[in-house]
Amino acid sequence: MTTTSTTETTPVVPLPARAAALLTGLGAVATAASALMSWTWTDEFPGDLTYYGSPAGLQWLALTAGLLTLAVLLATQGVPGLRWIAPARSNNAVLLAAAGAFAVSWFSVIAISVDLGGLANLEPGGWVAALGSLLALAGTLGLPLDRRTHVPLRILDRRLFLLVPAAPIAWFATHAIPEDKPVAPVLTALAGALVIATGAVLLLQLGHLANSGLRLGTVERPLPAARELPSWVEVLLIVAAFAVGLFAITFGIDTEYGELFIAYLLLAAAVISALGKAGLLARLRALTVKHRPVTTGAAFAAAAGFPFTQTSDQYTSVAANILIFATVALGLNIVVGLAGLLDLGYVAFLGVGAYAAALVSGSPASPIHVQFPFWAAMLTGAVVSMIFGVLIGAPTLRLRGDYLAIVTLGFGEIFRITMLNLNGTTGPKITNGSNGIPRIPDLQILGFDLGKPHTVLGVELGRFSNYYLLMLLVTALVVLVFARVGNSRIGRAWVAIREDETAAEAMGINGFRLKLLAFALGACLAGLAGTVQAHVSYTVTPDQYTFAEALPPNSAFLLAAVILGGMGTISGPLAGATLLFLVPKKLEFLSNYQLLAFGIALIVLMRVRPEGLIPNRRRQLEFHEAAIPTQLTGDTVALTKAGA
Amino acid sequence: MTTTDAPASVSDRPAPAKPLLEVSGVTMRFGGLTAVNDVSLTVGEGEIIGLIGPNGAGKTTFFNCLTGLYVPTEGRVSYRGTVLPPKPHLVTQAGIARTFQNIRLFANMTVLENVLVGRHSRTKEGIFSAILRGPGYHRAEAESRARAMDLLQFTGLADKAEHLARNLPYGEQRKLEIARALASEPGLLLLDEPTAGMNPQETRAAEELVFAIRDKGVSILVIEHDMRFIFNLCDRTAVLVQGQKIVEGDRETVQSDERVITAYLGAPLEGTAPAATETDQ
Repeated sequence: MTTTSTTETTPVVPLPARAAALLTGLGAVATAASALMSWTWTDEFPGDLTYYGSPAGLQWLALTAGLLTLAVLLATQGVPGLRWIAPARSNNAVLLAAAGAFAVSWFSVIAISVDLGGLANLEPGGWVAALGSLLALAGTLGLPLDRRTHVPLRILDRRLFLLVPAAPIAWFATHAIPEDKPVAPVLTALAGALVIATGAVLLLQLGHLANSGLRLGTVERPLPAARELPSWVEVLLIVAAFAVGLFAITFGIDTEYGELFIAYLLLAAAVISALGKAGLLARLRALTVKHRPVTTGAAFAAAAGFPFTQTSDQYTSVAANILIFATVALGLNIVVGLAGLLDLGYVAFLGVGAYAAALVSGSPASPIHVQFPFWAAMLTGAVVSMIFGVLIGAPTLRLRGDYLAIVTLGFGEIFRITMLNLNGTTGPKITNGSNGIPRIPDLQILGFDLGKPHTVLGVELGRFSNYYLLMLLVTALVVLVFARVGNSRIGRAWVAIREDETAAEAMGINGFRLKLLAFALGACLAGLAGTVQAHVSYTVTPDQYTFAEALPPNSAFLLAAVILGGMGTISGPLAGATLLFLVPKKLEFLSNYQLLAFGIALIVLMRVRPEGLIPNRRRQLEFHEAAIPTQLTGDTVALTKAGA
Repeated sequence: MTTTDAPASVSDRPAPAKPLLEVSGVTMRFGGLTAVNDVSLTVGEGEIIGLIGPNGAGKTTFFNCLTGLYVPTEGRVSYRGTVLPPKPHLVTQAGIARTFQNIRLFANMTVLENVLVGRHSRTKEGIFSAILRGPGYHRAEAESRARAMDLLQFTGLADKAEHLARNLPYGEQRKLEIARALASEPGLLLLDEPTAGMNPQETRAAEELVFAIRDKGVSILVIEHDMRFIFNLCDRTAVLVQGQKIVEGDRETVQSDERVITAYLGAPLEGTAPAATETDQ
């Protein structure tokens, strides 16, 4: 068996190490320098990349990528003063950074050529970026990389390669058929699917080829002991890290066109993986574990700082909606991640909270002509939502397995249809049917009108900024509840039920009661978020709360955010929700292919990282059994494997 | 039967003072199949009782009837004089803990967390207490942890407290299951084949552990196939064959009983020489 293969540190391309480093460095410098040159001649390409000496949009990303590659390279080469960037001393970090620079530069150059129609539209800067990043990437292949000694080449099932000739034939065949024939659209769709499948097969095989050629692996090197720093310096480092994080996320939210956002995602993935390989993230994690309260505080301070970086309400409304979505995802994580109950209609609880808040908001369209103060409206939303949670849960949670998923799926739809039907003609007039409850007045909290701009610290905070900050408080509350309950007697009982319900009951756990508690708590938190959502969006309508559609929040996206982000963690669903909200929002230019691209992205992510972006310690061990030996003695591992 | 060298430490214990667990006439039917038929059994305070029988005799079903996993079709199970409710968590609450034949740990929780889950029925901190984290919460949590660590010390797993349960070797998983069951502070512990799959040394260690548990004042009812283990440990042994208890008594009574030998080795054919089937069970 070669699965437990040994590792070595060798270059892929035999080059003198000095020359390889020099090549990489030159490439990185060229990539960074290209940002100061003009990439294209016309300002028709979004972002206007025509200036010398003034980087814009994509050029900033190339500059970052080039400088990062250079920094990591110098750090692994042991340049004094920079060594802290790469404590793990792995040249793979340089490779990843250079790959990021390559991806960003080539993506930009290709986007320019395709958008404007031809390579002729590239100015020297574009060529420099493309060639420089290529040089840098080629150079890293000559550095001594951490590699596995042997990776067998995997060839896909040969029958799959029959697609390669079949796809073009099908494609041309559909073009031969006149468009007015009724079968034409069906055939086009089939041919399209065939072409995509062929692309997937070729890409997968290419991936296998690259994998067995590069044989990149991980050599376990103990991280050298961190230098003893005074406590306040460590705190400052954490604060600085969160400031950088705030800047990066702000950049992502503020991206104005799809190309920039895609390049941003590419760069973000490369930077995170490069810094992870370099060992810098491990260092940072150690610091955050050491100063947990500071970390939590810094995280919320960074989040609260977001509105102060904005000049208009354009992106604070996006941020407020991200926060609502993320908070609801975190609530769902209690139900799915901790207690292991699959809830496919969770968005309905958000809807219950929103409708409850809308009905008591004093909106002229509400049949109840009362205006609760906000705290009372919030309480109403949370309690009503919780009651619905108990009503749905009580009859179904006695069952095990997938019944709950079906019932919650049904409940989600029933909620939406009921809200549609309570319109005065098909039912009592409560919700105005598909018109929803409009004109929900803005909140007044202690005389503070959230609908009006206020100037704080010299920055004008608009309506959405106000709501964003309010929502942040709700998020903080949900995080607090999740963290405290998750790590308590109740939380342990939930995890025990998820792991083995029979054994949990034999330990004295009342399975039904605890599952109902998880369900009710999850519903309550979603309802809480719903009360804010009703005010943020002015109007509540039934079609905001569906099972699946192209834009979040909906039940499918909520579940995806939890699973993609990492089940059972706090930061996981928050990160997952942010990504899942931004990606469809920023990729609107893909129009018809948006869901397709999104689906493919999800499949790739789940294939590469099944435990989620930010995995729970347990889940990571679950999915990467091979990584266990580092913490165990040899004979234990042998026994575990023998038993498996 | 290959039980020859049992130490004489077993049968000289005095007869039980008062019954802890009283099972009378328990019958369990699944449709037309009678898995357990009119079984009665008493476990006294501080006793170790064995339950043996060939595969499929209904031993585990009988256990499930005691622990509320199954509701017996007929019969009565009472613990310390009160009839047990047919709900597993209430049975544990009342003071009966169990382990499982095929280990059922919470595989993705740490060793310590597994034992802490076992403390569930003996602690009360609810959801508001967990959110508010008052001094009472911290005290209860600290006490639970201390108790759990004591139990891990007792079973010899203290140095693996932070390992995932799934990564423990087989023998230690069995020990962890026992530690987890003990965490609910039971008066009676039901062990379902605690030495299955163990080598002789591990079995010896398990014997020691069972005695140590008894010395803590916990009575034990144990299902086993290892006859040496059973006869070394148990004050009395009941034999279950095809759902019926055919005999109950001390080592000699059980070993000399014709029906037990028949059940395990089959009836000798008339006129043939005694076969040399010295198989161990």
